[in-house]
Amino acid sequence: MNAIEIRQLRKSYPGFSLGPLDLSLPQGCIVGLIGENGAGKTTTIRLILDMLQRDGGSIRILGRGDGEGVMLTREETGVVLDEVGFPGCFNTRQVNNVMRLTYKNWDEAAFKTYIRRFDLPEGKPFKDFSRGMKMKLGIAAALSHKPKLLILDEPTSGLDPVVRDEVVELFSEFTRDESHSILISSHIVSDLEKLCDYIAFLHKGQLLLFEEKDLLLSEYCILRCTAAELNALPKEAIKGKKENPYGVTAIVRRDAAPAGGNISPISIEELFVFMVKEA
Amino acid sequence: MNIFIDNKSGLPIYDQIYNQIKSHIISGALSEDQLLPSIRNLAKDLGISVITTRRAYDELEREGFIYTVAGKGSFVAAKNTELLREENLRQIEAHLQEIRSLAVACGLSREEILEMFSVIEEETT
Repeated sequence: MNAIEIRQLRKSYPGFSLGPLDLSLPQGCIVGLIGENGAGKTTTIRLILDMLQRDGGSIRILGRGDGEGVMLTREETGVVLDEVGFPGCFNTRQVNNVMRLTYKNWDEAAFKTYIRRFDLPEGKPFKDFSRGMKMKLGIAAALSHKPKLLILDEPTSGLDPVVRDEVVELFSEFTRDESHSILISSHIVSDLEKLCDYIAFLHKGQLLLFEEKDLLLSEYCILRCTAAELNALPKEAIKGKKENPYGVTAIVRRDAAPAGGNISPISIEELFVFMVKEA
Repeated sequence: MNIFIDNKSGLPIYDQIYNQIKSHIISGALSEDQLLPSIRNLAKDLGISVITTRRAYDELEREGFIYTVAGKGSFVAAKNTELLREENLRQIEAHLQEIRSLAVACGLSREEILEMFSVIEEETT
């Protein structure tokens, strides 16, 4: 089953149009949405959450289509958006009190454990939290009502590397249960590279690529060679290149790279930057 | 059981898991009918993709190193002597390949290599 299934999704603004977009998140997996600023990541996520009206297409979440079991879907979906929106005057205890009455499955003990684990101050009002602290409170709240699906928009931005690593670990832990799935967007590609099973590249509202992460990493490599050597390779094997007066750095399919050439493994970040420049 | 994943080696992650579990089985570090970690737990513990881990297990199963019981998990299969022999033959072939390319590189003849082998045999027996 797919936790999220998007078919032919469309949305247009003046000066920007998204899709038609087809994307699915297999149950038990983590899909990472990568894209530059304005690529349509947040628009996609807001459309999934029904915060925006779509122009066309269909979205199924946890097997349910439009209008089917909306309350249950809300109950089973944990959401963290780039701005965590608790009222400024609330402290963590008051957040707990409100959430307890909002979600049937609210787990108070789990929430308190997360608060301690994230070192969040209990008496301080939300408006005095730092950006990192706000994010952590949002993540704690999203995880504490026992969701099956997490939808995360830039959850690691504004966090320091140590906390980011901790949060990534937490998400990975979440999918130890095979009925749990995550859709996560970020432009901190290294976080997604650590975490995801699938990678989706979004560029100017179009899906550039949707592929298993490890397959991508093993399929492509970085080749450093002369321009003449690169020209000798089949055109379709070259995904992108950077030239300087002393040689070329190119992304090529591993099977097409010349044996004994100067080859190094690629990172998702490099692949993304090269592909966007080429597109 | 130890498994080391190196993201920077350029070797596919799937190969790394496959090879390491296989060598644990061949060396006897994993014994017959021993329960292997579940695909999901292994993937999460190593911080790698579930899909990749599943592919490695599938390959091990196809080659007869492990077997799967629905609802219980994957277990180490009985050591198949034929399989081990096959594996050893494959390794010998790979070494011979290497000998050949080295021999070509320094202009060693077939007779000289055979002589070398005879000397080694005499020394070790």
